[in-house]
Amino acid sequence: MTSIISIKNLRKAYPGGFEALKGVNLEIEQGEILALLGPNGAGKTTLISTVCGITVPTGGSITVGGFDTITQYRATRDLIGLVPQEINLEPFETVFNSVSFSRGLFGKPRNDAYINRILDQLSLGDKKNSKIMALSGGMKRRVLIAKALAHEPRVLFLDEPTAGVDVELRKDMWEIVAGLKADGVTIILTTHYIEEAEAIADRVGVINGGEILLVQDKSELMAQMGQKQLQIAISDPVAEIPAALSAYALERSDDGLRLTYTYETTGERTGITTLLNDLAAAGLVMTDLQTKQSSLEDIFVGLVKEKS
Amino acid sequence: MNIYAVQTIYKTEMKRFFRTITQSLISPVLSTSLYFIVFGAAIGSRIDEVEGVSYGAFIVPGLIMLSVMTQATSNASFGIYFPKFIGTIYELLSAPVNFLEIVLGYVGAAATKAMFIGVIILITAFFFVDLHIAHPVAMVAFLVLTCLSFSLLGFIIGIWAGNFEQLQLIPLLVITPLVFLGGSFYSISMLPGIWQTIAMFNPVVYLISGFRWAFFGTADVSIGISLAAIALFTGGCMAVIWWIFRTGWRIRQ
Repeated sequence: MTSIISIKNLRKAYPGGFEALKGVNLEIEQGEILALLGPNGAGKTTLISTVCGITVPTGGSITVGGFDTITQYRATRDLIGLVPQEINLEPFETVFNSVSFSRGLFGKPRNDAYINRILDQLSLGDKKNSKIMALSGGMKRRVLIAKALAHEPRVLFLDEPTAGVDVELRKDMWEIVAGLKADGVTIILTTHYIEEAEAIADRVGVINGGEILLVQDKSELMAQMGQKQLQIAISDPVAEIPAALSAYALERSDDGLRLTYTYETTGERTGITTLLNDLAAAGLVMTDLQTKQSSLEDIFVGLVKEKS
Repeated sequence: MNIYAVQTIYKTEMKRFFRTITQSLISPVLSTSLYFIVFGAAIGSRIDEVEGVSYGAFIVPGLIMLSVMTQATSNASFGIYFPKFIGTIYELLSAPVNFLEIVLGYVGAAATKAMFIGVIILITAFFFVDLHIAHPVAMVAFLVLTCLSFSLLGFIIGIWAGNFEQLQLIPLLVITPLVFLGGSFYSISMLPGIWQTIAMFNPVVYLISGFRWAFFGTADVSIGISLAAIALFTGGCMAVIWWIFRTGWRIRQ
């Protein structure tokens, strides 16, 4: 895989002295969906703004498609589309004109057929002559995406595309993103919904306090960092966990019919075999077994806590 | 040069103007007509002539300048302030455009709008007074330069302004008084001695004087000085805008 965006030791300090980015290094691969995960104020938006040219870095360098974002800004910005977090749209403009404006601003000749195609893809075809102020919040978000795509960018930044969006629309957004990826567009999205990263990303980057804590394949991340839980259902309730099993740190459900064992999938020995043997030796009769993978959320919470 | 971007900004700004064409034109036509009725007919009938020109005709260049300067300033300041206010400025900042292209689009449109209004007022004036334009080419040149320079000033104000009040402040507190005191309705030579000297520090005097020269062939100050003054003013505004985009002052963090 080749990098389309290469960020090296990127720093951004605001005039007040606040350091929003503290030496970020990040390689973004062509054609991937990278989710940048982090709590509010982690530096996600600053990072995106700096790549797009809205914010000027105080140190480090960024290349997009091999071009430097400062000295060759025309080439880099030509490659990038940005969907901002806030719904920033001119209310009195029609959908079509607003999207067409974006295309012109990015130096592309007028192409109504292309604009119509994007609007159709985003289910905005029948709204193209509506004024933006007449649209619902979800429709406005789609207009923002259409505007970002108007100049046929190769990289799309989505800054919290589903913040404050209902479940159904969120699923729609994910489909749109998957469709864009199929067209070969590289997508970087920020989110604080773990569910989102889990659902659509190829790789996940965790950012907190202006630093990238890790970047990893989503599945790898979950496999490496993940803990699994083994839930054991027993036939007769136990009032307390037998002393013979104390080494396993089992959790007992309130009704005493279920015991939960947490283990690391990365460990050389999971301890499951001995646990099951010891359970039988303690006279407990198992009726069901179930394992549960811990979610990205658990991993994320663990990471942020650990570093701070 | 991202010529498509310049065209796009220019056309979008002009569309905004034409969307509200009636409001944009009715108010200058109405206020000019009122000036002609009050100053030209009511008061002007008691003033014979100023510098050999009937008073009604004498105030035409000043009236045009008054409207053109305020319109150019407010159009240009609103044009760039509005995207800042509603947040769409992000698009401008992330687009492959440089400051010259942004300025050409916004200032070009604002200057065109002001030109429109100047021409409409001139046409209105023909209904009220006898007008002969002595130097039509110079008249157009002065009109264009004034529209351009005050649109540049408006652009600076739009970037500086943090709210709508500030957007109104400079036109209201600085430009209107300077235009009124700049000889829109009188010749500087009509002022008492010391005020004539003070008036010479008012940059608008040179613009109105030059513009009046284009109409009647007479002026308070020589045409060369007027041209130099407007060139200086335009250059100064351009330098400030260049500095704004180089440092990102109030637009790019």
